[in-house]
Amino acid sequence: MAYKIYDGWEGFNLGHWSNDEVDVRDFIQRNYEPYEGDGSFLEGPTDASVKLWNEILELSKKEREHGGVLDADTKIVSTITSHGPGYIDKELEKIVGLQTDVAFKRSLQPFGGIKMAEQALSLYGYQIDPEVKEIFTKYRKTHNQGVFDAYTPEMRRCRTAHILTGLPDAYGRGRIIGDYRRVALYGIDYLIRHKENDRSLLEGEMRPDTIRDREELMEQINALKALKEMAASYGYDISEPAKTAKEAIQFLYFGYLAAIKDQNGAAMSIGRNTTFLDIYIQRDLKKGLITEKEAQELIDHLVMKLRIVKFMRTKAYNELFSGDPTWVTESIGGMGIDGRTLVTKTSFRILHTLTNLGPAPEPNLTVLWSKRLPLGFKRFCADLSIKTSSIQYESDDLMRPELGDDYAIACCVSGMRVGKDMQFFGARANLAKCLLYALNGGADELVKDKVTGKPLQVSPRFAKVTSDDALDYQDVVQKYDNMMEWLAGVYVNALNVIHYMHDKYSYEAVEMALHDSKVRRFFATGIAGLSCAVDSLSAIKYAKVYPIRNEEGLITDFRTEGDFPKYGNNDDRVDEIAVWLVKTFMNKIKKHYTYRESIPTMSILTITSNVVYGKNTGNTPDGRRAGEALAPGANPMHGRDSNGALASLESVAKLPYDYARDGISNTFSITPNSLGKDD
Amino acid sequence: MIGYIHSFETFGTVDGPGIRYVIFVKGCPLRCLYCHNPDTWTMDNAKQYEPDDIVRLINKYRAYYVNGGVTISGGEPLLQIDFLIDLCKKLKENNYHVAIDTSGAVYDENNKELVEKIKTLNKYVDLYLLDIKHINSEKHKMLTSKGNVNILSFARFLDRENKKMWIRHVIVPTINLDDESLKETKKFIDTLKNVEKVEILPYHTMGIVKYEQLNIPYPLKGVRVPTEEEISHAKEILKR
Repeated sequence: MAYKIYDGWEGFNLGHWSNDEVDVRDFIQRNYEPYEGDGSFLEGPTDASVKLWNEILELSKKEREHGGVLDADTKIVSTITSHGPGYIDKELEKIVGLQTDVAFKRSLQPFGGIKMAEQALSLYGYQIDPEVKEIFTKYRKTHNQGVFDAYTPEMRRCRTAHILTGLPDAYGRGRIIGDYRRVALYGIDYLIRHKENDRSLLEGEMRPDTIRDREELMEQINALKALKEMAASYGYDISEPAKTAKEAIQFLYFGYLAAIKDQNGAAMSIGRNTTFLDIYIQRDLKKGLITEKEAQELIDHLVMKLRIVKFMRTKAYNELFSGDPTWVTESIGGMGIDGRTLVTKTSFRILHTLTNLGPAPEPNLTVLWSKRLPLGFKRFCADLSIKTSSIQYESDDLMRPELGDDYAIACCVSGMRVGKDMQFFGARANLAKCLLYALNGGADELVKDKVTGKPLQVSPRFAKVTSDDALDYQDVVQKYDNMMEWLAGVYVNALNVIHYMHDKYSYEAVEMALHDSKVRRFFATGIAGLSCAVDSLSAIKYAKVYPIRNEEGLITDFRTEGDFPKYGNNDDRVDEIAVWLVKTFMNKIKKHYTYRESIPTMSILTITSNVVYGKNTGNTPDGRRAGEALAPGANPMHGRDSNGALASLESVAKLPYDYARDGISNTFSITPNSLGKDD
Repeated sequence: MIGYIHSFETFGTVDGPGIRYVIFVKGCPLRCLYCHNPDTWTMDNAKQYEPDDIVRLINKYRAYYVNGGVTISGGEPLLQIDFLIDLCKKLKENNYHVAIDTSGAVYDENNKELVEKIKTLNKYVDLYLLDIKHINSEKHKMLTSKGNVNILSFARFLDRENKKMWIRHVIVPTINLDDESLKETKKFIDTLKNVEKVEILPYHTMGIVKYEQLNIPYPLKGVRVPTEEEISHAKEILKR
């Protein structure tokens, strides 16, 4: 049979992707042009770009002067179609679409939790509309309410004591990346037809899973229809495939815009789009429809939009994340499994926005690094990193074997195949604090029980350390193992509750509509305080650590005699403890049922929240004082790596990715001068 | 043959070409006023290593040093000449580019035994990073506690032996930043034919914290770091 060929596909090599299938990767592979040159072809910003960017800077300045929020919606609940079109400067914008009808006006997103939405508004001097509050209190349950209706007392204690922190139980879980390219490549009608077909296959016996899938697919179809309606309000018909580069970028951005109107997720990453978009840009350049300057302008305008993604968040939330990050991560480059590089000229163009518009933390431009990347691209990235400190790097060589060559990063390190994988974000368990629980039999070293005034007993009463002799390593490891066994159980089950409720009350319909219907789900747990726990165990093993008790008999401090090897020096004696800890905790996570048959993974990731985790952790046997920050992610503790960067990085590199499939982060700061001399 | 070591840096990028493993040895005959490693002056608290153990440590990172190598710095490496010969020989057997960062102060052309040993060492060394601290011997003595006669004669010796050199010159306002000293330095460097590069190292104050830890009064208290203009002016004069 002949498949329909759309106007937007003119000049493209057809194949599996166009044979009534949804297969963006196949489209890319058949059509993209790898680029092995340097950045000399790049163009500066157009006058329109400069002017528009200055207007945005002016608004940003006003926003800062206004205490961090310029304007906020208190009445209209944000949905894909809740607001009419909004512009910064309609005449100048090549790519259009804002979260609300006014630039820098933050939207009201109460589905995650009405309290959070209300608090966020009141912190900035706004009052939520009483009717909205009533609706979301009395008539429409939120995700947050659902979770707390089902949490067990034990889960709540873990939350109060902060051994589990940052759980997405009062805010959007985020981390789901829609395949926004599908909107451009196929148009909405094609995608709806596919979803309808998938739904028609779910008939017969109505088990809870089937019922849920049918309901969700209907929500996805409705979200796609809403997306089309939203685009129409901006004067775009996106029912059919995009015909030009400008349309492709615009359609793709509409898909993303729908997602951020629908969800205030902790990380709203955008995927891996430059190689895809490059195909459209190359086609237009060859046809003479646009110039290089205009191509760059389109990318500059897209990036401007991604720089002003805004959510209404509480100060506690901002404290946890040290700022107001949106994690609009865009994954760039990498190598294809056929050996060709996925770097294209548009990989350069998007990075070049850092020069054209100046450095910025968002979008989080992430280069998928491979030893085999073209030299010209490597040099370009290195040069830009020195100039802007605004590029994140991740190992494509490590992820490609697991995820193929069309994956993207959500947030900072979570790799997923675009449109094929999603994840249930699970924040973190604090393993440094868990070690203290092991010593004190699960009584918290900082938090008191509100009723009795005694240390809060968080876990069941496990055997504690009773002797005042130097801590015995084997004994501590046994107790720690037991405590982790308990913690993993509570943790996984709390996440089961959270994600059940998120699906029920705050389902990401438009993002999931841009996934395959049969999606692979990851259950993304995480740990914090790795290096602190590891150094503490090393101290107990190789030095003598004597417990110091407070008047209640609780171990609240330590006296250490002798030296001990520290994680971060490529010293196997202690690095082996780190590997053991990662494997051990992951294996305990795996023992439990995970919601919707998701695949359990774990991240060793914090970029900033390690500061807050540290505040909630008492003195530790490694010599760290109560309240001091834990190290970020898989980093060694601050200042303990004394053999230079390679030794430090080699220690981190020993951590097994197989047991931390949701990613391992290492925050590494270096001044350009210490990277060598330029003459 | 045991070496007395202060510390290791796995990611050295300023002591020779490329990314380098840098070994900081203990012990130094000089007491330079601007020294930023006063914790390497004496043999106190030295860690002891056999060359084989050091090579084993370095081999863990071999892939990183393909375009770089290993630099032995300090302290003064030539103080431990027998250990140094042994270590450099083994590094060469492992195909590393070997550089030695030295002041040359222990050189003595009348000490035939030492001269012979350095000739042996030279077989395993690709590059010398040679510090000329002051071209005027009197001022050199004020700056470092010793005159510069041995140092300049060491430079000539290396030149006769056809060893590649990078001349390194720390510039300190009020001490060696005057045009006359710079021009004299340049004149001397011009007499050497194996100098591949001249590096100007602006004096910095990052060593102060070490002096505080060691309870040593900081000798250059109040001396400022050179300005960008002074640095480029010095570079201009010393340009080859």
